[in-house]
Amino acid sequence: MQSWIPLIPDSASSVSWKVDALFFYLSGITLFFTLLISGTLIFFVIRYRRRTPYEIPRPVAGSHKLETVWTVIPFIIAMTIFMWGVFVFFEQYKPPTNAIEVYVVGKQWMWKLQHATGQREINELHVPVGRKVKLIMTSEDVIHDFFVPAFRTKADVVPGRYTTMWFEATKAGQYHLFCAEYCGMNHSGMTGSVIVMEPRDFDNWLSGNTGNMTPATAGQQLYQTLGCASCHGANGEGGRGPALTGTFGSQVSLANGGAVIADEAYLRESIINPQAKIVTGFGPIMPTFQGQVSEDQLMQLVAYIKSLHVGGQQTPVTAASPSPARAVTAPSPTRNAR
Amino acid sequence: MRPIESFELPSPSKVNYLIAVYGLKSWLLTKDHKRIALLYLGSITFFFFVGGIYALMIRLELLTPQGDFLASTTYNKVFTQHGIIMVFFFLIPSIPATLGNFLIPMMIGAKDLAFPRINLLSWYIYLLGGIVTIYALLAGGVDTGWTFYTPFSTTFSNSYVVATGLGIFINGFSSILTGLNFIVTIHTMRAPGMTWFRMPLFIWSHYATSLIMILGTPVIAITVLLVAFERVAGVGIFNPKLGGDPILFQHMFWFYSHPAVYIMVLPGMGVISELIANFSRKNIFGYSFVAFSSLAIAVFGFLVWGHHMFVTPQSVYAGMIFSFLSFAVAIPSAIKVFNWTATLYKSSISYDTPMLYALGFIGLFTIGGMTGLFLAALAVDVHVSDTYFVVAHFHYIMVGGTLMAYLGGLHYWWPKITGRLYPEGWGRFSALVIFVGFNLTFLPQFVAGYLGMPRRYHAYPPEFQVFNVLSTAGASILGFGMLIPAIYFVWSMRYGRHAEANPWHLPGLEWRTQSPPPTENFETTPIVTWDAYEFAPPEETEVVGTLRGEYDRA
Amino acid sequence: MIESHAATPEIHGHPALQHHFENMEQQREAGTLGMWIFLVTEIMFFGGMFLAYTLYRTLYPEAFASASNHLDITLGAVNTGVLILSSFTMAMAVYFTQTGKSRPQVLCLILTLILGLTFLGIKAVEYHQKYTDRLIPGKLIPGAEFTTDPHAVHLLEGATLKQVEMFYYIYFAMTGMHALHMIIGAGLLLYLIIFSLKGRFDPEYHSPVEVIGLYWHFVDIVWIFLFPLLYLLGRHLEHH
Repeated sequence: MQSWIPLIPDSASSVSWKVDALFFYLSGITLFFTLLISGTLIFFVIRYRRRTPYEIPRPVAGSHKLETVWTVIPFIIAMTIFMWGVFVFFEQYKPPTNAIEVYVVGKQWMWKLQHATGQREINELHVPVGRKVKLIMTSEDVIHDFFVPAFRTKADVVPGRYTTMWFEATKAGQYHLFCAEYCGMNHSGMTGSVIVMEPRDFDNWLSGNTGNMTPATAGQQLYQTLGCASCHGANGEGGRGPALTGTFGSQVSLANGGAVIADEAYLRESIINPQAKIVTGFGPIMPTFQGQVSEDQLMQLVAYIKSLHVGGQQTPVTAASPSPARAVTAPSPTRNAR
Repeated sequence: MRPIESFELPSPSKVNYLIAVYGLKSWLLTKDHKRIALLYLGSITFFFFVGGIYALMIRLELLTPQGDFLASTTYNKVFTQHGIIMVFFFLIPSIPATLGNFLIPMMIGAKDLAFPRINLLSWYIYLLGGIVTIYALLAGGVDTGWTFYTPFSTTFSNSYVVATGLGIFINGFSSILTGLNFIVTIHTMRAPGMTWFRMPLFIWSHYATSLIMILGTPVIAITVLLVAFERVAGVGIFNPKLGGDPILFQHMFWFYSHPAVYIMVLPGMGVISELIANFSRKNIFGYSFVAFSSLAIAVFGFLVWGHHMFVTPQSVYAGMIFSFLSFAVAIPSAIKVFNWTATLYKSSISYDTPMLYALGFIGLFTIGGMTGLFLAALAVDVHVSDTYFVVAHFHYIMVGGTLMAYLGGLHYWWPKITGRLYPEGWGRFSALVIFVGFNLTFLPQFVAGYLGMPRRYHAYPPEFQVFNVLSTAGASILGFGMLIPAIYFVWSMRYGRHAEANPWHLPGLEWRTQSPPPTENFETTPIVTWDAYEFAPPEETEVVGTLRGEYDRA
Repeated sequence: MIESHAATPEIHGHPALQHHFENMEQQREAGTLGMWIFLVTEIMFFGGMFLAYTLYRTLYPEAFASASNHLDITLGAVNTGVLILSSFTMAMAVYFTQTGKSRPQVLCLILTLILGLTFLGIKAVEYHQKYTDRLIPGKLIPGAEFTTDPHAVHLLEGATLKQVEMFYYIYFAMTGMHALHMIIGAGLLLYLIIFSLKGRFDPEYHSPVEVIGLYWHFVDIVWIFLFPLLYLLGRHLEHH
């Protein structure tokens, strides 16, 4: 461990020291009560050891006052820990705006990652220092978990849905990436690295790794080959099916009277289970694409639809600079997208 | 009236339950709760050693960072089976089925449990579940983790999931029937004068445990059954490819499995109350608080299952509520620890083996419980979830807690159960060895966990090796320490000194009959007019009395 | 002050008194409490499946309504009536045992058994219908996998066949588990009938009849929950 504090891992994200601070607080309280109880026990055991074989000590009835004290004080201490934990937790899972997006697919027994700018990686993730990074993740098979100890964060990667996590790296270096949900034979081999680079080095890395299509471009190709255009229009302007331009992040009214926010999960679900949420004014005529598209391809389609703006313009995706602001309503702080 | 004056203890030459009837059939078809307790003792010990061998294999593999001792598929089966055997076939039945079965009727002055034949049936069901599970292990094993998460267990695992699930399903009924028997017994069969608040705290703990057993176990039964259906039928509620939800499994699984950990620890707490009071000759400080805290743990224990799922797509708001409740459930346990400690104030403490185990329990349970607070704290749990921190936490409670209590109770009541004394010197020695070995095994795991070492890893990065080496060294000491009682307990049954009716000079009902007891427990039904742990009658409480000869008439 | 065995004539009186109980009253109390606790465990056991039902009905309301409409409501309703009637005859059997009228007691037990078997027979007919319609989920019956014909069940708007399969999985799990409990109940009734004919039960000792009666009523109540939840969903939609 290169950490200057022994026995804890590298602190490499904006939230690491906050988790560590709470950890130290908990350690202090634990040490205090352990010493208190064991010290008291040892003292009593020596001071009140049996001196004659048949002695009986005077019985004591108990004390409501003492009971109250040692119920209330631990409860208050517990509540401080609870509140502190909640505050940091919300920060760990509040979905960030203006984040670099990376799509992650976990499968037995490897991690496949693709930056929104197109770079593909296997078991490695290159990120710049000082930028928020949001991971949109799913699994192709069983539940995995994306764990970076140096960032003090992890999230389960679940088949059939998207989960998200985010971090902001604060220190350049190479850090462990572990799968932290048992997934079968090579669970201990499903490891890798997160490589945090200074912004200029990251830009160099990005430009040295072009040649991959961005997920959005790949998604556009799929959109044509799978025939989506026949109902949704050549550029997503709509037709027999609802318009897709400007859909992402907006509120969609459904045929059964409800409404949903069109997030990544909604888009994914609509492709593999179109009958689940039919848009008001349209019929249940969209066929399902389940089994015809892989999770990678679904992510590419989702990325493409996300890029569609009213007026037919696509958001250009560039390296390392924040994407232009969109009129997007921020999703509520759920941990993930269903 | 002095509590004990009304008794004439029978002469030692009377027949006792061990020799009342001879022959294999008299044991295999017995209705005597004491014999059934011994049947359980034998089978539970067997499963403990099976689980222990798996533990040894895990620790041997983890000595080196590479996966060089076992193939990864084998290792995955080993840790799965270690968990299944230890949780379902050792920890859950251990104290209730051996000590509980033996002592509950005696402590309340009854001749047997309410349903003796159902008691025997529960042992056969336990055996059947065990046999089915052992068959699954021998036929090829199971590799899903004891937690059986879907869809790995329903769709991807190529191991004996259905057979193991069946074994666990069957075993669950043993638990349910035991809990049912205890509740009915405690409600309807207390001797005259034995009010609820005169009962030993051992009974209160087992009552609370039984509530959890009957309410929680059916849920794991149906969950495991649904996993089996899904594997067989190819359709199901847990597989996302078929429209199901893998997180639903986790909710259903943990709805039982969290209360299950209280099934494992509450009886241990009951034993500790007995040991602390009786080996310091003082009533438990705050008796009613300790009694009610057992019930509170049972109730709150059903409300916290989501704390195993903080890193799943469970809603953050649900996470908050589960976190809050998890802190709440820690408070009654803290109350017990404070009350036990306060009991020792101005008492008369003996250094006998049972007391050593009780003291070890209090220290180790405190550490285990407080590290539970780390896990209840959302932000920290996100980091340490699925790492060795969690493994260390629950082993502190299960081994440092429950196992210590079990050993302490076995030593305490050994004279009553067998009529023999174990060698005290060896008892104290092995207690110390176990304490040292245990801490060396699991303390380094907290560090490894926070550093990021994930659990269920067969190979790991080299920077974690030093902690694993320490842990394996500790495990060897722990294993050695546990072999010693195994040997001397067996030795004592043949060569141990004979025990008198009340070798510790104590007022509990179980000590007011011979060692070993007659089949019907008491010559005549006792009438109880004194409180639990009443070492001297009320009129003498101003003066420190003497016990000389009081409880010794035999 | 010490209670002696000789004091109470009851103890040596009734041949059915178990040796570890002080008297018949204690024995009866223990037996009844034991059965109530067992029924609580049964509630928790069925509860898991009710949870799954609730979750998936919320997720797939149209599919559940479509599949529910496809069940035979007549057979389901008849079965409901049969079971309710059987609970009545069971209660009468308990009453007659308590009042010592052994002929009506045995008659009511036999009627209860016949009604229970009727229920099971009608259930078998329903299950057979599902088999011929290829509505048994997944690969449970090799050679008779779940149908892929989208017109096998009239699908309401928004429902898919896969979701309908989920309904049938839950339907078979719940009614199957219920039927298993009925079969066990039938066995228990047989035991009661045989021992009643032997004159084993009388006004002093009839707790097996009471306790098995409790079990029977419980199985009836489970069905009373199952019937509307499984058979009566969205029936109003049928009459568009």
